[in-house]
Amino acid sequence: MHRDHPEVFPERYAHSSAAVGPDGRRRALRIGLGGPVGSGKTATVAALCRSLRDRLAIGVVTNDIYTREDAEFLLRNAVLPPERIVGVETGACPHTAIRDDISANLEAVEDLEEAVGPLDLVLVESGGDNLTATFSKGLVDAQIFVIDVAGGDDIPRKGGPGVTTADLLVVNKTDLAPHVGADLDRMARDAAAQRGALPVVFTSVARGDGIAPVAAWIGERLAAWTA
Amino acid sequence: MTTTAEAAQAAGSGAGALSALLLLSDGRFPAGGHAHSGGAEAAVADGRIRDAAGLADFCRGRLHTTGLVAAALAAATTAGLDPLVLDDAADARTPSLALRTVSRRLGRQLMRAARATWPGADLDALAAARPRGAHQPVVLGVTARAAGLRPLDAAHAAAYESAAGPATAAVRLLSLDPFHAAAVLARLAPQIDTTARAAAEAAGRALTHGPTALPAASAPLLDIGAEHHAAWPVRLFAS
Ligand SMILES: Nc1nc2c(ncn2[C@@H]2O[C@H](COP(=O)(O)OP(=O)(O)O)[C@@H](O)[C@H]2O)c(=O)[nH]1
Ligand SMILES: [Mg+2]
Repeated sequence: MHRDHPEVFPERYAHSSAAVGPDGRRRALRIGLGGPVGSGKTATVAALCRSLRDRLAIGVVTNDIYTREDAEFLLRNAVLPPERIVGVETGACPHTAIRDDISANLEAVEDLEEAVGPLDLVLVESGGDNLTATFSKGLVDAQIFVIDVAGGDDIPRKGGPGVTTADLLVVNKTDLAPHVGADLDRMARDAAAQRGALPVVFTSVARGDGIAPVAAWIGERLAAWTA
Repeated sequence: MTTTAEAAQAAGSGAGALSALLLLSDGRFPAGGHAHSGGAEAAVADGRIRDAAGLADFCRGRLHTTGLVAAALAAATTAGLDPLVLDDAADARTPSLALRTVSRRLGRQLMRAARATWPGADLDALAAARPRGAHQPVVLGVTARAAGLRPLDAAHAAAYESAAGPATAAVRLLSLDPFHAAAVLARLAPQIDTTARAAAEAAGRALTHGPTALPAASAPLLDIGAEHHAAWPVRLFAS
């Protein structure tokens, strides 16, 4: 087992962020969900919980711009027991809380694992921001960027750190494409040009089993994490 | 007025001390402060801060009350008083439960940043003794020590933050002109220095007379505002 020495890698001195804790147990895989407001992050989290909760122990951290809206949506819809959902307040600056100063989010993740753990998976939803907001590697192991077809089919072409570098790009609300005149082929081509080999999935997470491709991707990440 | 040379001398004695103080006092230091308004959000809602003049009054009031207390607690910790005794002293000086909770949460967040930045046995010991967080000024004091700073430096960091926190928040809350907010802090600079010095002197007295020698100034409106704010269903800042 490899453990970083604090003086060699002070940036990893956030104890519980080590993949394997002092008790020898592997911590939960942490997945961040970012993307513009209204693209379907909370809907994705809710659908993931419904689809995976029978197989996995899941916790959710929300970062609302205004307090607790997302946490309350998840609670109302009873996607998880209430003690598995916590909200972090971000002081009007959602990207700061997931990237520049991750301390409150780290604490929320650790408190969750301590209170209801051990967990297999922790989903951290960003408060929703612009196309430049990405998660710190100190907070999550992988990140999903959620955009939607109604936000404009030129968003993949515009790029930005979220679209370009996220481990998974989700283009959501494909059911709306005919109504808003979005060209899905063009979005797929532009996304591929921006992202190279990084995966892109087109979803309609609010419909039926629309979450399946995202859930499958998470399954692969978990398999790699626990291997 | 202090000259640059005097300022350099004021910050610790070791190499890098002045820059360590700048790093610790920088609002971008990742210790959780960005999500807190230092009472400004409640004061804006009450109409007590509407513009730069209101912000100046608010910051001055906070500096001379809870700012002074935080600075003295931080300085006393850096001076070597028992952090756990000072943690109790901070409890006794923070009548609002909401503010005690916030102070411990921010203390825990600062602890994480401090242990990654200036690792050391004193920080480890305090983290072990108060796993849910010691009061922020106490953690600040231990951090300052770990960074090679002196009690006066810790007092400066605490006093400055007591005014800079609300000023940054007011820019976001009121769309206040950021230049005006910076000017408010610049005008307050002499009082921030005076407050830090008074706090460091009190910390010196506390070395002989114990923590009762530390100031216990309070700001009832900050306490009441914090209690109300903590119960709001919708807010931008955590406090
Ligand atoms: N038509 C459609 N609406 C969706 C879909 N996913 C989410 N929504 C709706 O889009 C709105 C915003 O979703 P939400 O998950 O709150 O977005 P967030 O701000 O990114 O968390 C809500 O009204 C959702 O019901 C989808 O796949 N299709
Ligand atoms: Mg949401």
